[in-house]
Order: sequence, then structure tokens, then C-alpha cells
Amino acid sequence: MNRSRQVTIVASVLLITSLAGSAFLLSLMDRLRTGTTLEDVLFVSSPKAVKRMSLGYDGLLADIYWTRAVQYFGGRHVERASHYRLLAPLLAITTTLDPHLVVAYQFGANFLSPAPPNGAGMPDKAIELVEYGIRNNPDDWKLYYELGFIYYIDTKNYGRAADAFARGSKVPNAHPFLKVMAAQMAQHAGDTQMARALWTTTYHSSQDKQIRGNAIAHLRAIQVEDDVTALEDLVGQYGQKTGQFPRSMSDLVAAGLLRAIPVDPTGRPYKLTPQGRVEVQVPDDILFIEKGAPPGYKPPEPKNLENLGK
Amino acid sequence: MGFWRKRPKCALRPLHLNVEEGEIFGFLGPNGAGKTTTLKMLMGLVFPTGGSARILGMDINDSTVKAQIGFLPEQPYFYDYLTARELLEYYGRLSGVVGKDLSPRVEKVLGRVGLPDVGGVQLRKFSKGMLQRVGIAQAILHEPKVVFFDEPMSGLDPMGRREVRDLMEQLKAEGKTVFFSTHILSDAEALCDRVAVIHLGELRAVGAVADLTSGVQGKVEIIWEGTSVPASVKALGAECHITGDTVRAVLPEESQDLALDVLRRERLRLVSLVPVRTTLEQYFVEKLKRSEKTAGSLA
Amino acid sequence: MNSRIATIASNTFREAVRDRVLYNLIAFAVLLSGAAILVGQISIDIEKLVVINLGLTAVSLFGVVIAIFVGIGLVSKEIEKRTLYTVLSRPVRRWEFIVGKFFGLAGTLVVNAFFMAIGVFAALLYVAHKFQKPDGWVLVALYFIILQFLIICSLALLFSSFSSPLLSAVFAFSLFVIGTFSEDLRNFAGMATGLTKWLATAVAYLIPNFSALNVISSVAHGQPVSGQLIVYNTLYALLYATMALCGAILIFQRRNLK
Repeated sequence: MNRSRQVTIVASVLLITSLAGSAFLLSLMDRLRTGTTLEDVLFVSSPKAVKRMSLGYDGLLADIYWTRAVQYFGGRHVERASHYRLLAPLLAITTTLDPHLVVAYQFGANFLSPAPPNGAGMPDKAIELVEYGIRNNPDDWKLYYELGFIYYIDTKNYGRAADAFARGSKVPNAHPFLKVMAAQMAQHAGDTQMARALWTTTYHSSQDKQIRGNAIAHLRAIQVEDDVTALEDLVGQYGQKTGQFPRSMSDLVAAGLLRAIPVDPTGRPYKLTPQGRVEVQVPDDILFIEKGAPPGYKPPEPKNLENLGK
Repeated sequence: MGFWRKRPKCALRPLHLNVEEGEIFGFLGPNGAGKTTTLKMLMGLVFPTGGSARILGMDINDSTVKAQIGFLPEQPYFYDYLTARELLEYYGRLSGVVGKDLSPRVEKVLGRVGLPDVGGVQLRKFSKGMLQRVGIAQAILHEPKVVFFDEPMSGLDPMGRREVRDLMEQLKAEGKTVFFSTHILSDAEALCDRVAVIHLGELRAVGAVADLTSGVQGKVEIIWEGTSVPASVKALGAECHITGDTVRAVLPEESQDLALDVLRRERLRLVSLVPVRTTLEQYFVEKLKRSEKTAGSLA
Repeated sequence: MNSRIATIASNTFREAVRDRVLYNLIAFAVLLSGAAILVGQISIDIEKLVVINLGLTAVSLFGVVIAIFVGIGLVSKEIEKRTLYTVLSRPVRRWEFIVGKFFGLAGTLVVNAFFMAIGVFAALLYVAHKFQKPDGWVLVALYFIILQFLIICSLALLFSSFSSPLLSAVFAFSLFVIGTFSEDLRNFAGMATGLTKWLATAVAYLIPNFSALNVISSVAHGQPVSGQLIVYNTLYALLYATMALCGAILIFQRRNLK
């Protein structure tokens, strides 16, 4: 039994070590390969060709393209504006393979449309994509919503936005807010109210972590904008009352204009500059802000959005 | 060797056996008795649940043992896409027959088993008898000290069987030990120095043929002229056959004198009196039937 | 030990040849020549693309099919036909038998791939009229395909050691297909939650990673293959094949041959 037992032991040990080794190598290789898997796949960038080659397994292939997209743009990697160029063909192929993959259209609205570095800067392509989605899913209110969203946020075409919301509100089971938004567009176009309502709706109408994270980030920015506007207004009032700028937030509290030191969405108190501007302490931590950032502030590379969306 | 073997289906009961070097040892039993299983265990093809075996003083799991033994399985099948020569060279290499030795040995062994001219023929063209010979060839190619044959006579015509018997005697003459299993008792009687009898997975007896058969009562065959069997003869336990005006009776040896007395008294004319040789077959029939009965009663 | 393994390996190769496995080369040659000629007449610019894509895919697929069909029988056939008895009663260790069979099969596939590679380059020459530097990467793609073969052989042998030929073929093919999408499977697993996530991840890491070994489309576009990937893939294939072979050995060690 001796020799045979020797062989058994050696073989078992070898099996376990090679198993561990191969799993380790796999993780190394995945890190190496992420860029390539997408580019591989997009060598055939004609959606029609891909559909023909799929031998009928459209759905599965769509899922595969979709998950690769999510992996590529999401979580693990540092995002750079350049990689957004792959998004358009990827979404085109995915939706050609599976026209009912609603999340793909949502993704397009949220990341294809906005200007770099937050998106691909292709609102027209995004609109085209979503219109295609609407043609294939005429009863899905979310797609009309996305269309209106793009028009409103990225192209600032309030008329068309209202149109889209109105069309969507007519769909059975539509979110009641579509009607409201269509109606209010005339009055409140450009309002932060509107923007807040839209981002909130986006947040609630999608399950995708990145889309939700993006929505939250925008909502925070809007919060900051509102806060800064209100606070700077108070600074003005203080100035009128006392004839000079307040030195800090406590001065405002002491003057009865504020009840407590206000904090930004990250929990840090707003700070007051000598010139009477209100700013956040750490602008890098809050995405998309314009008001509330120091003059000449350049935002850093867009960060991982997934974690915000939880 | 001593083995204690019990497997889920219990093919074999505990079995202890010793084979002397240089003898021809027969392993006898009806089909399904467990002969092949025993051989497979010795070859390491099947694992016993317990026990041990030693060949040439070495444990069977020691791989140096394998270089000194040869094995012919029952109804062997070989790679049919090879020629006989290629097959033997393949086996030779695996058994450690090296380089320049190989070819001449292959030719020699082909001659020995009676296949000198077919070395270049593909095995798929071989008849059953020819395959059996190739089987023997591969078993003795590397000059092993002990050979194990499982039913070596199967598939052979009487000529072939004769040749194999001669071969086994030759091997013994060369000092090799031959262990073979068979259910053909006449072969065992002719060849074996000792035998072991196995039945229903259990070892029933071990010993020289003469010793085994001597235990069985001798019989005599008496033929006389007559048309009936006297009651007293029947009472002696005779088996009687009447053909025309001749009676033939087979009865135990001890009753011979009593029977002759009866015939004289009845004035019956004796034709012949011949002792009947006890064969292994009788031994088998008697012994195994008895043990079957006991086994049956135990079950 | 080595000579026994070599003996078994060369006999396995001989068996494959005499089983006329290599005749598949004829089918391959016909396919490739037909495609090359057809493509040469149709369009400009993409002939190289088609020849490389088609040629390499065919090398891969033909090879995998052979690997599976021959591999699944390597052990089970010997057990069924009882040719194994006379082999194992010799001083051949059971593990030597498995390893020998592996090298025999792998060798057959490498030889097969070699001839096919000549065919691919010949077709390439025919449509492009000369070789260019990026064509060298085709050799890397071929190397990766051979690594694929090693993995498939080891898996086929593993299945052959305990399963019937039909089941083995099914398992092996399934693993090949799933393995081609293994990166996606790991992605899916990464997005799951809870118990499913752990199970899916475990499975995703166990199945062979054929996606990283398939660089056919990038090579067809003349893109280089990173040296790091070559090293990783080589190590991975060796480790994976070792793993499967060890499994086969462990199973075969204790198998009772009825």
C-alpha cells in the first residue's frame, strides 16, 4: 500500500495546489483582460451583423453584452472619459439583440447623453436610442421618462421634454408624476425643483446601481446649490443689517438668521469665505457642484458611483 | 499467500492459500466460483477489503513483483489495430525488456506458442485460438518466474489444448511456477501437482489430486448375464442398468465380495469385474453437492 | 518510469493514427481552401480577416472535437474491452498509465494542429500574397489553441476515468461551451448576492477559462497579444491540466476493474 499511498498523497496535494494556483491566476487575468473583452466583442460593431451571428440566441447574447458593459463601466476600474466611446456601439448592439432590455436604454440616457467627463457627450445618439426603445416598448412609461429626461437635463429643450412626459403619461400604469411634470414644465423649467423631481424619479425607477448612484450624486449637488443660494442670501441680509460680512457661520446664528450651523450632504459644515461666499469644505467629495465650489475649481476624475447607489 | 476478502457483494470469503515455487498449481471451481476475482486481486486489478498476499516473498503491491510475473486473463482481448509483433514489443517495453533484447525475444516467444509466421498480421484478423496463444506469449515474454493463467484452455480445440498443456509442462521444467484456474477437471488431473477447490466464493479443499480423490470411495463395476437385479445386490447400494440380457452394476468397493457371493448363490454368470477409477469429477460432484447442501441449510 | 510513460504515449498516438483520426485534416484542408478561394473572389480588405478567423476557429473546433471523442474513450474503452488487464499486471503504475495516455492524446492534437497551421498560413499567403509582421501573432493564437487542447485533453481523461463515453462527451462539451464564456460567468457571479454569489463564484473559478485563450478576433485584426497574457495563460493551462490529471489519477488509483 505504501507506494500507492504515496501516489495518492502526492496527487492530492498537487491537485489542491494547482487548483489554488489556477484560481489565483484567473483573478490576475481578469484584471488584465477587462478592457480587451469589450474591444474583442466590439470588433463586430454592426448590430445587424451581431444579430445574424447570434444563431437565434439573442437574449443570452444581449445579457452577455450587457454584463460586460456594466463590468467595464462600473465598479472595479478607474473611469476615464475616453472609454465612453465604446458605450454607444455597445448599447446599440445590446438593444438590437434584445430590444426589451429597458435598463440598457436607461443606461444610455444616464451615461451616453451627459457631457464628458460624466458621460459620452452624445445626447443625439442617446435620444435616437431611447426613441428606438420607445418604438419597441410603446407601453413602458420609463422610456418616455428617459426621453424627457435627456431633453431636459442635457439639451435643455424644455418643450420637447414636456412633450415626452405628456406622451408617457398617457401610457397605462404610468407614474403619476409624468403628468405633473408635463404640466409644470411651462412654469418651472430650469428650476432646481424640477431637477430634483427628475433625479428623484430616476432614482426610484431604476434598479441599476450606477444609475442610482448617479442620481444621488446629482441630488446632492442640487442640495448644495439650494443651500448655497439660501446661505448667500442670508449673508446678504446680514450685510444689509450690520453693514459688514459675517466672519463665520456662528455670526449668522448669533444674528438670529440661522438656527444652527448648516452642514452639506457629506455632513461637513459649510464655510464662509472673507468675500462672503459660501463654500463646501471638501469639494472633491461632492460631485457635479458648481455653486459652492471655490472659483477656478476643477473637479477630479469621476469616481465610483456604485457605492452611492446603495 | 493469505487473504481475507469480503466485498459488498461478497464475491469471496476469507481464503488462505500457499503455493510452492516450481509447481503447477490448479485453481478449480465451477463458473462463478470466484476464481477470476482471486486472480484479479493478485494482479492488483481489484482491491480486497482486507488481507495481504505475497508472491516470491514480496507483497503484491510492490511493483518489482510485477516484473517477475506474467498474466493471461480469461478470453483476452488485445489492441486489434496492432500487429502481433507490435503488441508483444509494446508489452515487452512495459515489462522492462530493453533495446536489443526485445526483437529476438519477441520472435522466440512467437515461435514457442506456435505463431512463427503471423508476427506482421493485425490482431483483428486473429482467430480465438490464435489470440489465446498471443495471450500466452505476452505472459511469458519477459521470462517471469511465476505465471498466472485464467482459463488458459478456453477457446482452444483439442490440439490447441494439448499444446498449451505441453507448454505448461515446459514452463515447469524451466523452473517456473504455474498457477492456473480452470473448470475442466481432466486438465487439472493431468497437469497439477496440487489443486485448490473453490466453490461459491469459498475455499473447500487444498491438496494433491491423489490425496483428494483418495478420500472418495472406490467403486467397482460388475457385469453379469441376467435380466434382473437380486434384492440383496440392490441393498448394497448398487446403481444398476439392464440392457437386453446383461446387467451392469456399479457399487462400492467394499461391497465387492458380498456382491460376488450373491451372484454365486444365485448362479448368475459373471461377465466382468472392473474397478472404476475415481476422478476429480466424482470428487467434485460428491464433495460440492454435500457442501451445497450444508450451505443451503445454513442460508 | 519515463520509458513506460513514453511507450504508452506513443502507442496512444499510434492508435489515434490507425483509427484514422488524422483524416480530419482532409476535411479541414477542403474547408479552408474553399473559403480562401471564395473569399479571394469576393471582396478586398477582409480576406485576411476571414481566413484567419475561419482558419483558427476551425483549428480550435476540429481539435476540441477530436480531443473529446478520442479522449473520452482513452480509459473507459480499455476497461470495457479489458485490454487494461494485461497492461496493469505489468510493472506499470496506474498513474503512469494516465499520464502516458495524456501525452499521447496531446501529442496527436499538436501534430494535427501543426499540419493545420501550415494550411492556414498557406491560405493566408494565397489571399494576401505575402506575409506581414502582424501575421506573427497568428502563431501566438495557435499556441493558445494548443493550450486549450491540453486542458480539454486532461478533462476528457478525467471523465473517462470514471464515466461512460456518452456522459463524458456531454460533460466535456458542456464544459467547453461554458468555459468559452467563463469571463462572463464570473461577471454574473460578481453581481449576484448571498449564497448564490458564493456558489456561482466557486463554479466560475472551477470551470476552465477558455475566453482568455481565445485571441482569434484580435489577432485577425493584427493586434498584438500582451506578453503578460502569454505567461499567465501558459501557467494557467499547465496548472489546470495538472489539476484535472491529478483528479483522474486519484480516481483511477482506487478503481476496481470488473
